[in-house]
Amino acid sequence: MNKYLLYPGCSMESSARAYMESLNAIMEPLDLHFEEIEDWNCCGATEYLGINLIPAYSLIARNLALAAKQKNGTRTVVAPCSACYLNLAKADYYMQERPTLGEKVNQALQAGGLQYVPGTLDVRHLIDILVYDIGLERIRSSVVRPLHGLRVAPYMGCMLPRPDYQHRWSDHEHPTELDDLLRALGADVIDYPLTTSCCGGHMTQIGPETAFELIRRLVADADERGAVLMATVCPMCQMNLDAYQNEMNHYFGSDYHMPILFFTQLMGLAFGREPEELGIGVELVSSRNALATIGVEVPVTQEPGAKRKKDEGLPMPRRWTKHEGKESVK
Amino acid sequence: MPHMTDERVRAGLRHEEDLSLLNEVSMKTAGVSHLEMCIQCGTCGGSCPVAMDMDHTPRMLFAMLRAGMREEVLRSNTPWICVSCYHCVVRCPQEVHIADVMYTLKGMAIKAKLYTDSTAPHFSQTFVDMVETFGRSYELGLATRHYLRHFPLRLPGMMPMGFGMITKGRMAITPKKIKHMDQLKKILECAKELELTS
Repeated sequence: MNKYLLYPGCSMESSARAYMESLNAIMEPLDLHFEEIEDWNCCGATEYLGINLIPAYSLIARNLALAAKQKNGTRTVVAPCSACYLNLAKADYYMQERPTLGEKVNQALQAGGLQYVPGTLDVRHLIDILVYDIGLERIRSSVVRPLHGLRVAPYMGCMLPRPDYQHRWSDHEHPTELDDLLRALGADVIDYPLTTSCCGGHMTQIGPETAFELIRRLVADADERGAVLMATVCPMCQMNLDAYQNEMNHYFGSDYHMPILFFTQLMGLAFGREPEELGIGVELVSSRNALATIGVEVPVTQEPGAKRKKDEGLPMPRRWTKHEGKESVK
Repeated sequence: MPHMTDERVRAGLRHEEDLSLLNEVSMKTAGVSHLEMCIQCGTCGGSCPVAMDMDHTPRMLFAMLRAGMREEVLRSNTPWICVSCYHCVVRCPQEVHIADVMYTLKGMAIKAKLYTDSTAPHFSQTFVDMVETFGRSYELGLATRHYLRHFPLRLPGMMPMGFGMITKGRMAITPKKIKHMDQLKKILECAKELELTS
């Protein structure tokens, strides 16, 4: 039995609920058992660190302290979100590298009756567990519906393989863990050199011109290389590439249609589960046509944003595009 | 600032070598920043996917830190454009914690009130406010507050996306709150006091 503590992270309950649903669906065939960290809090994403140092690390460390208290039979905390994974791993690492930080964070934790000795836990990402603990052999033997012919771009994103404090990945710039896993499912994995390029992170919110260009590069390259969908391992990557793809198309006047699914959703399909059980269909860029190439039928859902009113009609503020928009910050 | 020699004044140099800014930034950065070890090779700027939108490449910014150009550094948009992709971090031959230095500079710029474009600082602050209130992030509240404040004209264009996220159950209408919010508040209050005294 493979037992772990789980730090789900905020998005697994909302924007990335498809990730959680598909994770639940693949646990049984792989004999995976997760125990959620009791009363975990947000890791602060990439926002808190830019405001205050000690509060930011204390916020993260509360989760580590709770996990260390709760551990029964395991010292491994699994985070499915790359940003959460990095924050937890980073706090654990820096509290050791800079003991004064560790002391102050512990002083703050004590105000809440908690403490954390850095190094107590192993912080790992979900795909790390699947590839290195469960193993590709076990995954391959659970496949009942191989994804033969499905051309997938493997997108690892940036915060997973870097900075890699504990040397967990095959490479920092071209790790092959996701490629190997998707191949084990039978998928036709394309060569995707941008696999660890950035999706824009929070720039979709604060500097959309910067983010749109990063999104365009990723989607355009996957498209040119013949991928019919992209597989991601991170809720933030999924959100940026999926929910903002339409915005990006508007901005550049392009017409890309690249569905973005979580790798766990593809695992679920390969394990014979139905799209409805895997949260397939809640992506904004529909994967219906892409999955039809392997004979999987995705139930039709309403596609918001698809039907837009004509330009005539009431004068509404127009969407901002590259050509008529603000000059880029320089 | 150290006393200036006549030669330096005649040469038009504004000040003697002053490493106090460099040291301050290094000390305030999480972990051991290695900032002092920068050899100005430029690998960071060359690896950066968003350097084209930055006022200064990271290399240039680090030279400015060494030169003690506090105001220019804290006015630079560079830390705010940084997307934390850590490409530079893994390539840096001197192992400078570049992304973490950027976080430090953001915090310093907010405190010094020098960075003029408030979009990014407000976004971070709004996010933090949500976390300090609920213990979890609250996407709908965050997005609405942020867009109303900074991009009201983009709101109509964003409606289909927001609507899609809500109807597909991907954005909760109400925030989730952790059980022991009092405990988290105590921890954060204490941490903020420690931040001020450090």
